[in-house]
Order: sequence, then structure tokens, then C-alpha cells
Amino acid sequence: MSKREIEVCVNGETVQANVPVRINLVDFLREHLGLTGSHVGCEQGVCGACTIDVDGVAMRGCLMLAVQADGATITTIEGVSNKPLGRAVQRAFVEHNALQCGFCTPGMIASSIEYIEQGGLSDRAAIRAHLSGNYCRCTGYQAIVDAVASVIDEGVQA
Amino acid sequence: MTGPLHRFDQPNSYIGRSVERADASRLVEGEGAYVDDLNLPRMVHAAFVRSQRAHAKINNISLEQAKALPGVVAVFSGGDINAQVQPYVGVLTHLQGLRSPPQLPMADEVTCWQGEPVVMVVAQSRAIAEDACELVRIDYEPLQSVVSAEQAIESNATVIHPSLDSNVAWLREIESGDIDAALSGDDVTTVERTFLFGRHTGVTVEPRSTVVEYSRSDNTLVFHYSGQAPHMMQAILAKHLDMPEENIRVVARDVGGSFGIKIHTYGDEFATAVAAKLLRRPVKFVADRLESFISDIHARDHRIRGRVGLDREGRIVGLEIDDLTGIGPYSMYPRTSAIECNQILNLTGAPYVIENYRAKGTVVFQNKNMMCQYRAVGHPVAMAVCDSLLEEAAAQIDMDVVEVRRRNLIADTAYPVTSATGMKFADLSHQKSLERLVELMNYDQLRTEQAALRERGVYRGIGLVSMVEVTNPSPMFYGVGGAPISAQDGATVRLDAAGALHVACSITESGQGTHTILAQIAAEVFGVDIARVKVTTGDTSQVPYGGGTWASRGAGIGGESVLLAASALKTQVLEVAASILQTTPDTLRIERGTIVNDAGEEKITLDELGRIVYYRGNELPADVNPELIATRHYRVTDYPFVFTNGAMAASVEVDIETGMVSVLDFWVVEDCGRVINPRLVDEQIRGGVVQGIGGALYEECLYDDTGQYLNATMADYLVPMAAEMPDIHIAHIETPTCTSTLGAKGAGEAGTGGAPAAILNAVNDALRPLNASIFQMPMTPERVLSALREA
Repeated sequence: MSKREIEVCVNGETVQANVPVRINLVDFLREHLGLTGSHVGCEQGVCGACTIDVDGVAMRGCLMLAVQADGATITTIEGVSNKPLGRAVQRAFVEHNALQCGFCTPGMIASSIEYIEQGGLSDRAAIRAHLSGNYCRCTGYQAIVDAVASVIDEGVQA
Repeated sequence: MTGPLHRFDQPNSYIGRSVERADASRLVEGEGAYVDDLNLPRMVHAAFVRSQRAHAKINNISLEQAKALPGVVAVFSGGDINAQVQPYVGVLTHLQGLRSPPQLPMADEVTCWQGEPVVMVVAQSRAIAEDACELVRIDYEPLQSVVSAEQAIESNATVIHPSLDSNVAWLREIESGDIDAALSGDDVTTVERTFLFGRHTGVTVEPRSTVVEYSRSDNTLVFHYSGQAPHMMQAILAKHLDMPEENIRVVARDVGGSFGIKIHTYGDEFATAVAAKLLRRPVKFVADRLESFISDIHARDHRIRGRVGLDREGRIVGLEIDDLTGIGPYSMYPRTSAIECNQILNLTGAPYVIENYRAKGTVVFQNKNMMCQYRAVGHPVAMAVCDSLLEEAAAQIDMDVVEVRRRNLIADTAYPVTSATGMKFADLSHQKSLERLVELMNYDQLRTEQAALRERGVYRGIGLVSMVEVTNPSPMFYGVGGAPISAQDGATVRLDAAGALHVACSITESGQGTHTILAQIAAEVFGVDIARVKVTTGDTSQVPYGGGTWASRGAGIGGESVLLAASALKTQVLEVAASILQTTPDTLRIERGTIVNDAGEEKITLDELGRIVYYRGNELPADVNPELIATRHYRVTDYPFVFTNGAMAASVEVDIETGMVSVLDFWVVEDCGRVINPRLVDEQIRGGVVQGIGGALYEECLYDDTGQYLNATMADYLVPMAAEMPDIHIAHIETPTCTSTLGAKGAGEAGTGGAPAAILNAVNDALRPLNASIFQMPMTPERVLSALREA
């Protein structure tokens, strides 16, 4: 099986690895680096559970190969609390109970952070539209919208 | 709060407060521990070749190429796996006459649905296992497939199982009063409709996942699974793998959504256990999304003809239904696939005074994936049929839909009441709930707006439902029928040497907040800060025996067991404290981790008491034998089920050009008895409503007429996403159940049970001025447009 060397910076730590060229990024993070916080729900980019930050953009970890991430800077849920905005979003999710089983949550938080970083308004319909690529079966979404809106209303900066 | 003042109502209590979930703090850090996160030494990975045919004879299977692929550890045929398993049969004796042939984990000679596992590959990675699956060659000889339930009961239908004389699995009829006479009265307006409920499924974001470890030296097996009922799985694995029950440990840590999907016996999970035994190394199986769609149980799939009669005053004189439902090729084990039909027969019309009732249920086999209990089992169908017929009939006699309910709901003062189907109801509040709903949604103003908008060509509809939900079941649900499913739960509460409380309970957590509410109950009843309560669930080696979390039973049954255990432990601790303090227990109490006397003086902290008991037992009199641990079990007696009730309403807008239905608003008034944690209850209801809206508008497992599943991806099977969903307004009536001290009923399924009816009624309310109507779920744009064309 064809393999290739890659170097990525994950949650502030530089990692070198020899990876099969066919392995996708989320499987690499989970299986090679033990970062099991990113979850795999559909493997075709629909459910959003594997959403992570790759060079400042929210990406589907299942739609990107690990070799494509060579040289990239990646933040997974395990590294979200390194920044004040990440901590604020995590805190708001807990306060509003914006999660139940927690399986979609890492991806939902990644998409929420992207929305806030892009200057998204605390408008419920706009938040809902931005999060409509992240599937949650438990909450009905309302508490997630509440959590994201509360972080924006508090004016927490990235 | 409508009950009497209770000890839980005192200030500074935890019960009734929206305490934050400790688990949530862990999960937002990515520290969840789901089954797929387990990575054990020597672990190998399973993948399955699944039948591509709905019904076929398997003439030949060629495994050689797959076995030769580097990295493949083993390849098993259905016969290889099945030889290690005792067959299982999905029947319950109290569902009289229910039949289903013996079942084994994998297809061997014949395959009965597309998706049935045929070959299992175990390899060093899942990717290699999938590569090897591609190399397996199977020679199928197609057999006639029976796809629709209607087809299954045709006189010349292919009989799926040669051991049976027809495709009928179960028949039940109920007759109460004189329905024919009642509906033929001169002053009676009758309405008859046929309803179609498509199949849908749970779509848990975390797929079904299993890791099995086996040790040959002591013949023990550890079954890590993403599921709801560890003790049930322990009993089933022991029985069908022919192992001592005590040698099997079932562990469910974090569960990524369950909703009833993960409470059944799946062939691929059994096969994973067999492979671990045969290979003597840990085997992991995690379903991918395609496998989830074609092998997770489906639900609904009902065609119901229903008829209701109203007299001139709008009173229901009689109701009859005839349900035909298809369950796939077998009745699912061990809960059976007849329960949904049974619930529909039992619950249709349950909120109302109905003397004359007739119901018939026909449950049939078909060559589709198996159907079984998913969130709100039968309720969405039962509530939609009755409340749609009621609103249709009210329109016929020109009566408002709120008024027709006022005239028919069982009075709040009437309980206990036994329904026409023999259901025992107590402590319900249909009337109060309806009036609260009317107020919450501002009903009159909404009607005024609706009328004004209709003038402008905007078609909005308002739909209501009054509903019941089965919660806190007694052994009458499953245990009485012979299933290894416990209706009782147990809790052990233990005080450690540092004064902290450890709770182990047999109900399970899958995000609803089980751990939090149990900690709330233990902390309040015993008298410690909630931060000092640690809760363990989901491990048969750690918790008392019990049923787990399903049928909205966790809070009501598991919660009561914790209340009883914490209360018993408090008595024991006060006895020890009295001995140390040379006083009597009745002069002492525990407040926030400290034992205080009648005067409120702090006498001794729990950590000091713990240290005396555990380290310095010499300081205690010789005849004091402290037990800082207590276990109690609880089951519901007196009532087969503890029903809850609710009233819901939806406001929708139908775009008559595109057929799109937008849900503008949704209101819920719910009475689940004592609310332990208001935020968690509200979130159960919201999540449930959204799943109900999914079933009403979007979700359907589609098959073609040969039994091929057509939409087995998340891009094709539509689930509710954030943008389509409204905010959901919730209010509570609290009528505690008389069956327990805690007074809690369940709340997990009400939203899913009631929402489809409200949405159906709202859509038909919107379509009524156009003389169009629809009685099929999901109400897709295509179906709405076709209803408009037929108008």
C-alpha cells in the first residue's frame, strides 16, 4: 500500500507521520494520533461530526485525505480550549445544555467557532443556516442556537 | 405544580433545579469514550458482506481471494458463525399467537432482506476488511420477494418462511361496546380515512458499535457496546453463546445517541462476539452509515383505516381502526416486532372518553429490513390517526378543534380511569394541559392571523394533538412474556472515606442526563453537595441488576431506586453518627456533608465519620457494625404503565406552488409528573419533537418493488437540520405519579409521539380551504402537490 511522509501541526504540536495515501484526515487523527474527539458519522461529508479547523477553515475530516493536510495547521476539539473563543463556546454549550450524547458536538463546536470568527450576527435564523451542515439527533438544535447567540452577545473575541 | 406541597419543594434542593451536566463539560472537551475510541492490544476489525438481494437462495460463496489478501485474519461464512450460536426467536407469550421462525446471526442458505450479513471478514484494519469484502463472490439465485405489507397478505403471495403457512406474524382484535350501532346513529357524523406511515429509522450519529474481548483461560467475554440495556445483552449473549451469564460483562460507556435503535439483538454484533471467541483476540465492529440504514431497525410502516363518529354536540360516539404493518422477515429479538402494532391498538383514542371502540391489527413478514421499537413506539401513529380523524370530523360539523377536544377529553377529576382497551390511567391532566396550550400559543390571535393571511393567498395551518405517553413500564411490558428484560432497577449508594457519595445504578446514559438527575436525587435525599456525588452506570460488573434506559423509564424507575438507596444509607449513617456522638439518630440530620443536631449545630462531617469507620474502627463500640453502603431496587406495581399526557400544537405554512411545508412554530404542554431537572426535560421534549417532525415531513426508508433500499445515505435520507426547525415553546403541568415517592414519570418520547399528529393536522388545516388533504407521512413536497392536484 502506497504511503507518504507528512508533517502537520495539530493543536500546537508538530507531528511527522508516514501515512497510507488513502487514509482520510479524520481517520489519521483518530487512529494514528489518538485524537478520538473528532467523530465519524457518515464518511461522506453530510453529518458534520468530523468537522475540524484546517488552516482557519472548518473542514470535513472525512472528505480530506491526510496527505492533503501535509503542512497544514489543524485544531481539533482537543485543542479548542487553547483560545478564549473556544473556551467560551465550550462553556456556553454546557450552560445551555447544547449537547446530549455529545457525538456531533466536536463538529458542531468547530462550525460554531467558524461562524463567530467570521463575524456572524446573533441572529437565530442566520445561526441556524450556518449550522445546517451539522446534524444533531438529540437536541432539536434550539439550545445550540442559544449557546452560539450567547457567545456573540457577550462579545467574546477570538 | 398541582400536587400537594412536598419535601422536595424546600429551598436549596437539587430536585427541580436545572443543574448542569458534568458529562457535558467532559464531552465538549472531546473526552467522550465511545466504543470506536477503544483501541485494544491485538485488536482486529470486522466488516460484513451483506446480501444484495431482498430474497434469494445462496448457491455458492467463494472466499478464497478474500482470505488471500494480506492483512486478512479470518473470513467466516454465515454457517461458520451460526454454528456457534443457539437460534433465537422473537416472540412474547403475552402477545398471544405471535410467531416468528428461529433466527441466526447471518444468512446461510437463504437471505431474507437486502442488508442481511452473509460473510464476515476480520482483518488488521477496517479498510483491509472492506477490501477483502470486495473479493468475496456470492452466487445468488433470486427468489420472489414480498415487499409491501399489502402484497404479503395477498392470497397468492409467496410465503417467505416455508415453515409457516402464510406471511402473517400476528393478529389482534379488540372490541369494546357496540361500534356498529354507535356509528350508525341518525345524528352521527362519521369520517373515514386511510393513513399511510412510511418507514423511518433512528439515524443515531454514532453508528452501532461493538468491541468484544474473549479470554479462553477463564472463558470470559467482555462486550463493549453502544447500547441501552447491558443486563439484557448479558443474558442474551450467555444464552445464545452457551456461556455462564456471570462470565459475560457488558459495558456501555458514552453512547452517541440511541433512541431505541441500540436495544435489540443484531446479527453482526453476535457475529463479532463469535469471532472474538474463535480468534481469541479483541474484535471491533463499527457499522458504517450504509450498514446503519440497511441493518439498524426501522420503525412505523403502517397502513391504517380509521373511522370516527361524532354526535351533534361533537362527542365521540365510537372509533375504529384497522392496522396493517410490515415488520421485515423476522420478529426482532427479544422485544418482538409486534409491540408497535399492539401499542397502536391500545393507545389510539386514549386521551378521550370513548365507549365504543374496535381495533384490528395485522402484522406481516416481508423482505425488508426488520422493524422494531424506536422512540415513541406506536404513539406517533396512534395519536395521528385519532387526532386527525377528530379534527376532520370537527370540520364536518363546523366545530373548532379546541372545542371538540374540550368536549371529549377525559376529565382531570375522573382518575383513575380504565380505557376501552383496558389501559389504566391515573394522575393525568388533559384538560389543564389543553387550556395551558391555548394560552401559551395565543390560539385566538393565531386563528385571526391565519384568516387574514388566507385572504392574501398565504396558506397557514394550525394543528393540535392531545396525547398520552407510556412510561415507567412494569413487568407487564416484556418480562411477563418471557423476555430477559428487567422492569426493575437497582441502585447502590456508598459513602467513601472522604465523605463523598458513589452511586451505581442499572439505568444507562446516552445524553439525556441520567447521571445528572441521579446525582441530584442522591445529593438531595442524602444531604451532600452534588459535586461530591459520582455516578456509575452501564457496566454489568459494577451496577446492580436492572433494565437500563428505554420506554422513558430512567428517571421514574432508576431515579426512585436511587432515592430509596440514598434514603436507606442516610438512616444507616445517622445510626453510626448517633453512636459516635452518643445520642439518638432521630436528633440528627445531614446537611451539605455535615451531620447536624436538632439545634442546627454542626457535630461531625461525613469525611470525619468516614475516617472513623474505615480507619479507626477501634473508636466505635464493638456492637456497632457500620454499613456505609445501601442497595435498593424499585419496580412499578399496581399499574402496568405510568402514563403521562401532553398537548401540543404546530403552526405551519404550505407553499402551494412547491408543496413545501415550513414549520413556523411549535408549542408543547407536558405533564411528566415531578420534573427533576427542568432544562433536561425541556431538551428531551425539544429533541423528541424534532424527531417527530422528521417523521412527519422528511424521513422515509424507501424501497423499490424488488426490495432494494433506495436512499441509504444521509444525503438521500433527509433528517431535520437546524435551518428547517423552529424554536419550540414548552410549559409544564406537574401531576406527580402516585406510584412512587419521587413522583417522576418519563419524558423521553412525548415529543416524538405527539409532534407528527400536530403537524399532520396543521398541514390539513392549511389545505382545507383548497379542498385538499393528505394522510400520508412523510408529507413530502411531492405528496403535498399531488394532494393539491387531486383537490
